[in-house]
Amino acid sequence: MHLDHDTPFQPHHTHSADPHRPDGTRRALRIGLGGPVGSGKTATVAALCRALRDSYALAVVTNDIYTREDAEFLLREAVLPPERITAVETGACPHTAIRDDISANLEAVEDLEESVGPLDLVLVESGGDNLTATFSKGLADAQIFVIDVAGGDDIPRKGGPGVTTADLLVVNKTDLAVHVGSDLARMAADAKEQRGELPVILQSLRSGEGVGPVAAWVREQLTAWRATA
Amino acid sequence: MSAGVTAHARVRARPDGRGGTALPVLQGDGPLALRRVRGTPDEAGVLLVGAMSGPLGGDRLTVTATAGPGARLRIGSAAATLALPGQRGGPAEYGVSLAVGPGARLVWAPEQLISASGSDLRVTTRAEVEGDGRLVLREEQILGRTGEPAGTLTSRLTVRHDGRTLLDQELACGPGAPGGWDGPAVLGGRRALGQLVVVDTAFADKPFEPALFGSAETGSAALTPLAGPAVLVTALAPDARLLRRLLDEAGAALGAGA
Amino acid sequence: MSRAALLVLADGRFPAGGHAHSGGAEEAVGAGRIRDAADLGAFCRGRLHTAGLVAAALAAAAADGTDPLALDEAADARTPSPALRTAARRLGRQLMRAARAAWPDPALDALAAARPRGAHQPVVLGLAARAAGLTPLDAAHAAAYESVSGPATATVRLLSLDPFDATAVLARLAPELDQVAARAAEAARRCAAEGPGALPAASAPLLETGAEAHAARPVRLFAS
Repeated sequence: MHLDHDTPFQPHHTHSADPHRPDGTRRALRIGLGGPVGSGKTATVAALCRALRDSYALAVVTNDIYTREDAEFLLREAVLPPERITAVETGACPHTAIRDDISANLEAVEDLEESVGPLDLVLVESGGDNLTATFSKGLADAQIFVIDVAGGDDIPRKGGPGVTTADLLVVNKTDLAVHVGSDLARMAADAKEQRGELPVILQSLRSGEGVGPVAAWVREQLTAWRATA
Repeated sequence: MSAGVTAHARVRARPDGRGGTALPVLQGDGPLALRRVRGTPDEAGVLLVGAMSGPLGGDRLTVTATAGPGARLRIGSAAATLALPGQRGGPAEYGVSLAVGPGARLVWAPEQLISASGSDLRVTTRAEVEGDGRLVLREEQILGRTGEPAGTLTSRLTVRHDGRTLLDQELACGPGAPGGWDGPAVLGGRRALGQLVVVDTAFADKPFEPALFGSAETGSAALTPLAGPAVLVTALAPDARLLRRLLDEAGAALGAGA
Repeated sequence: MSRAALLVLADGRFPAGGHAHSGGAEEAVGAGRIRDAADLGAFCRGRLHTAGLVAAALAAAAADGTDPLALDEAADARTPSPALRTAARRLGRQLMRAARAAWPDPALDALAAARPRGAHQPVVLGLAARAAGLTPLDAAHAAAYESVSGPATATVRLLSLDPFDATAVLARLAPELDQVAARAAEAARRCAAEGPGALPAASAPLLETGAEAHAARPVRLFAS
């Protein structure tokens, strides 16, 4: 994982990925969730919050296309107390806010840590975008790319930075595969082809293990993050 | 500097010791005549009157009003002030200087200032409030008489509390003003503009939330808490009548009927 | 230092959060006041000579070495809309982050410590320009340009306006941008002798009232 080095002028000044807060304590792990519109990012975030909130101090930053839609979904679902959910306006360009100019997201993450106390994990959800949107390493320590079977089973084959480089690829809504005629085995094989050793999880939030495997992956990341403290 | 009229009117108010307010200074000058009118029992009322068709180009008019500690003073005007082009040309200047002492209350709410076509007027309003003094200040600018284009009007409004500037804003409009004044960022074609400022230390404990009034047809106003114990209402309307209605509505919300 | 630092500072891709702000253009579009490139030109011209001039003067004064906290207070007094004050401070904080990474400087650190929630963006911009070795006039140019480039970019997105038309609007404003920057730098010089009261305070009522209307909208693309 890439981490910025401190400048000699400012031992604890963080302008991006420094793993410490200004007071020198280790900051929260930041995991980005990106992916196309409607692939189930917000539902995955909600499920992760339910799965992890009893074990970890966590918070969510959403990057909506229209301000606050996703944040308000999470608020309605009451997956976290409202003060742990922040929406960032993106000026109609969510990928800019998570990749090219991450300053508003960094402010949001830091404000959450400041206002609700030390956090273990912040989930940063991108606004629904296209296959090219990835998180800056200055913002997210790890990123999950969420696609779904209904978006077309050729998406893993097409690749793109999200599919190819995300730390975890989630193929969501597997319960719909039979209805939309998507070939899950082919999707998994194509993803393997594109991603080499990087993990892929096939997920259905409506059946089976639900968000369990993704939650387990997040727990692994948290363990690793703490181990390097 | 062309030789227009120079006049300076002064008002000073202080408690009269019997629960009312005395006016030890009430001094009109030239076209700026002052008259004491009936106020409430604890308050002195003053009207700016006079056969004042100015200010004309070249004139320099000044009003200074002071509400000393504990005084209650309300100043209005008998009629609208009409800025007209002067034969001597050059801009006219109109300065208002208000001071509100601790425990005092000053309402400054003259009738509209109308910037007639061809006129050129520079208005400067400065208000200084001390301690728990309360100021209610209303200004209304009407750009052009009915159906005529605006004159040139520049105004600067500065409000200070205990030496700290809470509000400093200028407006320039009409011929010769910097570009875009009538456009979608500044006035958007509206011809009536008003401000209502209330300074009151009570706002420090009980701040007002921003609020909006009016509509696209009737004009709109925004009530905005300033960075300090003061609130500004900014209103823009198609005409003077609708403007006053907006300011009255916002003033009522503030409990500050001018 | 390098004059080209001005290009870095004024680049629309400088990562300081500007992309999420429309400078009042979203509200003006929503209210029907900007419908085409001509309206955009009138909007930008009005904004340049009001909010733009004030921002340019604050930036120039900060670049000139005037006490940034006094300028921050002067910016408050020139920004009656709390929505705009909040936006200016958020943008100031975001710019502070980028500026400290780009041009580390004790003056930036000191202002960041004194205003942890963010100082007004033009004040930070002026200090950043100073840290980059730029002049007050350079800082004024950057602030003046930002006051119109943000709305132009936002309007391209909001109205699907032809980007060539939007760029032409900015190009045609260039001579007035120069005038505003020069006026701002002159005011900054007077500010050094007379205090922040010498800085311009040009206001745009529709930007102020529109910012409050925008903040009250439940659905919007831009933060301001």
